[in-house]
Amino acid sequence: MGIVGESGSGKTVMCRAAMGLLRGGNVRSSGSVVFDGDEIGNLPSADVRKYFGTGMAMIFQDPMTALNPVRRIGAQLAESLVIRLGMNKKAARDRAAELLALVRIPDPEATLRKFPGQLSGGMRQRVVIATAIACKPKLLFADEPTTALDVTVQAQILELLSDLRRDLNMAMALVTHDLGVVANHTDYVTVLYAGLVVEQAPTTKLFTSMRMPYTEALLKSIPRLDQPSGGRMPMIGGRLPDPTNPEPGCPFAPRCPYVQDRCRSEVPPLTTAADGHVYRCFYPIGGHG
Amino acid sequence: MAGSGKAHLRPSSDPILSVEDLVVEFKAAGRESIKAVSGISFDLIRGETLAVVGESGCGKSTLGKAILRLIPSSGGSVSFEGRDLLALPDDELRQMRPAMQMIFQDPVSSLDPRFSVARLVEEPLAIWARGTVEERSKRVDELLEAVGLDAHLVRDRKPYEFSGGQCQRISIARSLALEPMLLVCDEPVSALDVSVQAQILNLLQDMKERYGLTMVFISHDLAVVKAVSTRIMVMYLGKVCEVAGPDTIYAQPRHHYTHALVSSIPLPDPNAPRVRTAIEGEPPSPANPPSGCRFRTRCPAATDKCAVEEPQLTEVAPGHFVACHHPR
Repeated sequence: MGIVGESGSGKTVMCRAAMGLLRGGNVRSSGSVVFDGDEIGNLPSADVRKYFGTGMAMIFQDPMTALNPVRRIGAQLAESLVIRLGMNKKAARDRAAELLALVRIPDPEATLRKFPGQLSGGMRQRVVIATAIACKPKLLFADEPTTALDVTVQAQILELLSDLRRDLNMAMALVTHDLGVVANHTDYVTVLYAGLVVEQAPTTKLFTSMRMPYTEALLKSIPRLDQPSGGRMPMIGGRLPDPTNPEPGCPFAPRCPYVQDRCRSEVPPLTTAADGHVYRCFYPIGGHG
Repeated sequence: MAGSGKAHLRPSSDPILSVEDLVVEFKAAGRESIKAVSGISFDLIRGETLAVVGESGCGKSTLGKAILRLIPSSGGSVSFEGRDLLALPDDELRQMRPAMQMIFQDPVSSLDPRFSVARLVEEPLAIWARGTVEERSKRVDELLEAVGLDAHLVRDRKPYEFSGGQCQRISIARSLALEPMLLVCDEPVSALDVSVQAQILNLLQDMKERYGLTMVFISHDLAVVKAVSTRIMVMYLGKVCEVAGPDTIYAQPRHHYTHALVSSIPLPDPNAPRVRTAIEGEPPSPANPPSGCRFRTRCPAATDKCAVEEPQLTEVAPGHFVACHHPR
């Protein structure tokens, strides 16, 4: 599953909330989160934690800050193995070396003894992935796993994630702002805008017959290699609405090229078409159906 | 790859900027030094946009800073408007500064958080004592309007009140205040969302036409570069791999590294044929670069010759230069 949207659309907050990581005095939440048949949305933090590692795991965007800079890679990797799986130190260390090999780090033994600062961004992200899959989670949240990386390294990491997902039989939620990443590495896509789900469909269907004007605008604003050089790029004017001061109506209305009067006064409901395509628009591209 | 050579220079076209054999070294631990830029030559004709492309650590940002002499170079020459910037005494260099400006990658941290927007944009004008206070204020309004901000709304606000895209607009207004001839943009849209990215790229194109700018556009994103550039230079580990026009370089990349870069870009089309990773691994350390061609350790076509002899830039088609012993 790919989760797509601009900065501030709520992608990361949604994932963190689903994992029960958003707790505290200033957070108000409602609704339910069901994981593997269990309702976990209302559990206290300590109980949700039991699902971490073996049930759910998360890869964070910035591999530079996700690792503890003053602990060796081996110690960080072994930590969850000892705590979650009750391994002894020796077994955990051997398993850690296997995990590094699994994420295709050359010379895993030497890497175990290194500190994060001695590794490149791509290598650190591999370590973060190894940490996340250490206890064979059933569901992996990958929050912008390649945004901080170079394009060649990005391609390697995305391939690695796809292979791991298949080999370990995991479900994966891939959060990204890049529709290019989504197109090649997901089966199903959810598009978010201003904290709302605005479109949901199988990946191929989304790209061949998108219904939301927002998704269309997002796709058009990506610079494409097959477009001639020079000239102006299609763009979405304006910016995301201010979340502290929401206006009535569809949140995309002020930027939408197809906007009509009704869009400015009513929030469109989430509609499910006969073919299972879900969208939130009064006047979808290609019409209802 | 990653070769030397000057076959791609065009001295007869009266370049506004001409860089030859530029070397920038950084001291590393002990007596080692790292050559971030290792003998690079290029030139820029008035009104052109040269894109410099490569992975992190290839020396592209260092190159951008070195040509404006924001960091010292250890060899080569940078000729701007016919004067060698590297040899210029400090006071004369300072007089040249208004003609060459830079836009940085992170729009939020490149603006002083305590300054109001009006003061940020006015600062270069005030430093150079251009016009009276009223004239400067009028010019600030013009600049803000030119970059698509409502001057009356934004003048007295501070940078933290703005989004990344708006901060980048403020940076652009600031860099254009002194009407530069040369603008070096170092990853100006990398920190921005795709939708905002398109807005800023279009703005830069508009500003280029309106003020007759010549630009160096540094980016790691080939797709972004294609939209804005007239010529592209691909770098790897401090050396040049390939120089060509944007359409040629994507349609027929001749260098194996360029090909790998182009094929690594994820296409927003699920039916596009999946290409497996074209190259493995990551660039070696610039402290200890491979002999001969620097790309040979990751190159699918490397031979013994590549380890011994450094390839030179040669013209493989009109306006298309490649530094490779075995071009594709």
